Amino acid sequence: MPGKLKVKIVAGRHLPVMDRASDLTDAFVEVGARSCPSKHRERQVDDEDLQDEPLQITVLDHDTYSANDAIGKVYIDIDPLLYSEAATVISGWFPIYDTIHGIRGEINVVVKVDLFNDLNRFRQSSCGVKFFCTTSIPKCYRAVIIHGFVEELVVNEDPEYQWIDRIRTPRASNEARQRLISLMSGELQRKIGLKVLEMRGNAVVGYLQCFDLEGESGLVVRAIGTACTLDKLSSPATFLPACSSPSKDMKEIPFNEDPNPNTHSSGPSTPLKNQTYSFSPSKSYSRQSSSSDTDLSLTPKTGMGSGSAGKEGGPFKALLRQQTQSALEQREFPFFTLTAFPPGFLVHVGGVVSARSVKLLDRIHNPDEPETRDAWWAEIRQEIKSHAKALGCHAVVGYSESTSICEEVCILSASGTAAVLNPRFLQDGTVEGCLEQRLEENLPTGCGFCHIPYDELNMPFPAHLTYCYNCRKQKVPDVLFTTIDLPTDATVIGKGCLIQARLCRLKKKAQAEANATAISNLLPFMEYEVHTQLMNKLKLKGMNALFGLRIQITVGENMLMGLASATGVYLAALPTPGGIQIAGKTPNDGSYEQHISHMQKKINDTIAKNKELYEINPPEISEEIIGSPIPEPRQRSRLLRSQSESSDEVTELDLSHGKKDAFVLEIDDTDAMEDVHSLLTDVPPPSGFYSCNTEIMPGINNWTSEIQMFTSVRVIRLSSLNLTNQALNKNFNDLCENLLKSLYFKLRSMIPCCLCHVNFTVSLPEDELIQVTVTAVAITFDKNQALQTTKTHVEKSLQRASTDNEELLQFPLELCSDSLPSHPFPPAKEHLESASSNSGIPAAQRAVTVEKASPMGEGNFRNRSAPPCANSTVGVVKMTPLSFIPGAKITKYLGIINMFFIRETTSLREEGGVSGFLHAFIAEVFAMVRAHVAALGGNAVVSYIMKQCVFMENPNKNQAQCLINVSGDAVVFVRESDLEVVPTQQPAANCHPSCTEGEVTT
Amino acid sequence: MTSELDIFVGNTTLIDEDVYRLWLDGYSVSDAVALRVRSGILEQTGATAAVLQSDTMDHYRTFHMLERLLHAPPKLLHQLIFQIPPSRQALLIERYYAFDEAFVREVLGKKLSKGTKKDLDDISTKTGITLKSCRRQFDNFKRVFKVVEEMRGSLVDNIQQHFLLSDRLARDYAAIVFFANNRFETGKKKLQYLSFGDFAFCAELMIQNWTLGAVGEAPTDPDSQMDDMDMDLDKEFLQDLKELKVLVADKDLLDLHKSLVCTALRGKLGVFSEMEANFKNLSRGLVNVAAKLTHNKDVRDLFVDLVEKFVEPCRSDHWPLNDVRLFLNQYSASVHSLDGFRHQALWDRYMGTLRGCLLRLYHD
Repeated sequence: MPGKLKVKIVAGRHLPVMDRASDLTDAFVEVGARSCPSKHRERQVDDEDLQDEPLQITVLDHDTYSANDAIGKVYIDIDPLLYSEAATVISGWFPIYDTIHGIRGEINVVVKVDLFNDLNRFRQSSCGVKFFCTTSIPKCYRAVIIHGFVEELVVNEDPEYQWIDRIRTPRASNEARQRLISLMSGELQRKIGLKVLEMRGNAVVGYLQCFDLEGESGLVVRAIGTACTLDKLSSPATFLPACSSPSKDMKEIPFNEDPNPNTHSSGPSTPLKNQTYSFSPSKSYSRQSSSSDTDLSLTPKTGMGSGSAGKEGGPFKALLRQQTQSALEQREFPFFTLTAFPPGFLVHVGGVVSARSVKLLDRIHNPDEPETRDAWWAEIRQEIKSHAKALGCHAVVGYSESTSICEEVCILSASGTAAVLNPRFLQDGTVEGCLEQRLEENLPTGCGFCHIPYDELNMPFPAHLTYCYNCRKQKVPDVLFTTIDLPTDATVIGKGCLIQARLCRLKKKAQAEANATAISNLLPFMEYEVHTQLMNKLKLKGMNALFGLRIQITVGENMLMGLASATGVYLAALPTPGGIQIAGKTPNDGSYEQHISHMQKKINDTIAKNKELYEINPPEISEEIIGSPIPEPRQRSRLLRSQSESSDEVTELDLSHGKKDAFVLEIDDTDAMEDVHSLLTDVPPPSGFYSCNTEIMPGINNWTSEIQMFTSVRVIRLSSLNLTNQALNKNFNDLCENLLKSLYFKLRSMIPCCLCHVNFTVSLPEDELIQVTVTAVAITFDKNQALQTTKTHVEKSLQRASTDNEELLQFPLELCSDSLPSHPFPPAKEHLESASSNSGIPAAQRAVTVEKASPMGEGNFRNRSAPPCANSTVGVVKMTPLSFIPGAKITKYLGIINMFFIRETTSLREEGGVSGFLHAFIAEVFAMVRAHVAALGGNAVVSYIMKQCVFMENPNKNQAQCLINVSGDAVVFVRESDLEVVPTQQPAANCHPSCTEGEVTT
Repeated sequence: MTSELDIFVGNTTLIDEDVYRLWLDGYSVSDAVALRVRSGILEQTGATAAVLQSDTMDHYRTFHMLERLLHAPPKLLHQLIFQIPPSRQALLIERYYAFDEAFVREVLGKKLSKGTKKDLDDISTKTGITLKSCRRQFDNFKRVFKVVEEMRGSLVDNIQQHFLLSDRLARDYAAIVFFANNRFETGKKKLQYLSFGDFAFCAELMIQNWTLGAVGEAPTDPDSQMDDMDMDLDKEFLQDLKELKVLVADKDLLDLHKSLVCTALRGKLGVFSEMEANFKNLSRGLVNVAAKLTHNKDVRDLFVDLVEKFVEPCRSDHWPLNDVRLFLNQYSASVHSLDGFRHQALWDRYMGTLRGCLLRLYHD
């Protein structure tokens, strides 16, 4: 499907002075895609090229006698123009970026694409596939079918390591690299798009693309995502504020299987020639009972815990269940990158499954056949799958993959949450209605997902089960670890908090195989320690479940770093966590004894304080009611400290040694002592502050609209003298704690507020350097908390209402979108109407839509066609790592933003040292993201993520280089208050306060 | 463990007003941290000194990056790198261009040249304002001067348009530019009692009445001195002022003038006798000031002359301000009744402004 690309350069401003003599710049522009710049205004290109390659605009300074000097470049991804619903034109000011000098002025560009075959444009070509970084079903869409996992990777040689790099300038090298990576990610996206089309989907949700800079051995770009068939909801206004539940607008999502009988034997994974190490200790903590509808099913089951049908469900339901299961089993990888789901989608959660593998990198000989890398990942995924199976689950949700590379060693990691998904998503609407009714009658809300999916008598690991504290019918584990967001219907007591486990381990410097072996040997200890820490900290907070768990293991020259972040909550369905007891080794020593009891007291005090702080006061339940078959009502596991120093010993992974009734910390060495200390030194955030790494903070639901997204980077240099594990741990711990303290201080003006989606990334750029990068968003909330108890009820009824409404609206809205294809915002009146009476007559609503939309369309048009110079101030573009904007409605998704930048300097001192350099660069990256979003007509980026921030410095040479990769979804949002007050209000970007307009337009 | 790199970048640029003030005042990071510690912020927030240090560094870096843009405020509005709400942008600009009274008194009327810049050291020592802050303020004056120097139209409007300052601040800058351009002497010891506000007030009156731009309708000859309409005094007007000399040179006229004023003010002034005794001296002083304004040197000494010839004599006789007002009103008005005097309009243009200035200058 060929197309016509029209590019218009409108104006430039703030250009640097290129000619010192005259203080002027003779700027001109080259426009092109691929490496053949063309000076024609119009070029004919294939849409495949359009997808792969960004539009490249080079701004140069004309020199009569010497070669023209480059001022900088603008890369514009024109993908969003290739699907019909997104932007129709890209128009606005773009920063002119140079890899050596940063942003140098701005250029105003208008880009349009006319695809010749206009009619069928998004069914036939991969052009039509929409990509979303958001890990839930995007707000103004409805999932018709969730097809499942898609993955792809492409490899290439890294231009930085090619021979030519020795003779070309740093600028040429950087630009070659930037271009190659954007080409590769374009290609990757197109290939994934094709896979999605094969699966008959039309969108990829939870799209995660990563770069592996493997150095000498090449460059890998890989991506995973969840293929879906989405339907645009033209009336997103019918739903509740997005902030209270990001995914509830998808009520009925038929869960269809892709029919590929691509059966894989899930046998034990075969080790490759390199050390392969995989490990999933988390499953020993987190567990589930069999399905919700089995009451005390004692039937032994093999392998799949969810295989048995419940009594209430009847044979019909059993059939459904089996269908789901078999369909999922047929699938190669039943993985979902989503972290939030339509209500009812998730039946049970088994626990975290993870796998890691250490590989030695070798040169990629044939870039067109990236088999080795493919095989590596396939192996890991296979392992994840089998872990999930062992937990009695047939699917993995909240799935993600990552790598850590140091020299030629690479750790591949994958993790997710084993889960049982609802069989009713297999069937179409007719059956669903009655089934849904039944389910909702039977299922107590807010605890179903906690019930164990595996068979109690045939548990995959020793576990302590109790009856659910909520419904008292099903079994639940004592703690639950997951990688997903807190389900919206979960009943939580009190508030949540960010829990981090931090760990460093020294490692001898070694080469190749020996190095890989050393790392493989260390990994189990690290995992174990990280989990111990998480467990301890969770208990200390008086909580019983972790969500959004992300464990990152980073490999460096002489150490390994582990950082686990999660959001702890108190789930009402799970038992109250027991306290922590300290046991000394030498009981006869009086002073020691005293010391121990002192510590014990401190710990107890901390737990009590935390319970108060996070408002955890579960209702007292008399133990007879629970009537557990297990004699101990309060499950406690004894935790034995591993002999972390002795690497030759096999780790004891069984965490439930014996059936002792207390969670005991045994202080047998100074190391342990310090651990206890570090437990107590974790300072809680100052009052008015909360933090979590999930989308929403449990227990807070009255967000106000002020948000502040930020990135903070810290690098510390370790004193190289006699580094011990303890010293290292302390340094790392201090680094993270200080960083958090700094954030609290900086954002103090926003109190009361919550840091959401706190994302820590650790890297070890050099021997003695530790780099921590944090991206998060601070959201203010109203101190007068809304009562949560009533919320669930209201929500439920509204959900049902919205479902009805949605069904009614499907027909008229299709018509609407035909007649008004460019109508970007839902008319507010309709919103009001449908909110008040959701059973409106479709025809009437349609009339309203058309009527209200036309002035809007005009307004929008006027805005677009206005001379860009007249826009006095720069429109505000919000950025957030969350999938929603508090107090606002996302009305349109404009396409994925995926940008890769390199910045280099040879005058580090002059630019304010490393801090000045990186500060400016990150600010520039934000600016370029905002400019692109604004040019697409958007006013926010959601699901924003900085996937990579690789910083290298050479202070002796006064040089530094940094690579940053960011992505997110460009959207248009409308403030809820605007919607209600002024129906035809334009989006915030357009009605941005322009107090200085008069002064500037002159 | 040493921190190599430590940055915080928000999508919306964080501006801490207190730190901004410290930065503008030219404190180094360590001084600023010390001052912040003293302000009790650590106790309020429970932060540590290290956190404060890191925070201050961050803000200083941001301000440093913003400074380039603040040199041309419209750029700050259009730039894409820092997302700053308009109200904050205005605050940044306003504070950046704000100046210290003590400093401006030192450089007011001086040529904004490299030579003066070299004296900033002394000014800094004298006023206790950090050298860095002095440099910023001086550079601001100079920058505004350079930009509006060659421009036509209202000085205040030009400044407001190119520097997006508030009305108040733009007026102050207009005064500074006007004084710098005309090099009025303000540093003499006898002028020390005057504040910047006094001078700014006079400058505004002079800009309104004594410059080319003040004439109102455009000059007939478009090529004639169309430039610098608000910056330079109307040369023709200054030439014409010589004509006023007749008021003191012609003895009859002077006597008539005196008797007119005395008749009108008899019984109304507390210092009538002093006025009567001094009338000729005062009148001679005021008219001679006018007549001398053709020479650049005398223009520069305008304020010195006014204080010497009028303010000081009156003050030594302890005239109350109200008596000065009554006298000046009557003094200017009586000229209209002098039949032999033909330059009524010229007199009004001169005396109208001068009266305002003198009243403002007349205080202790």
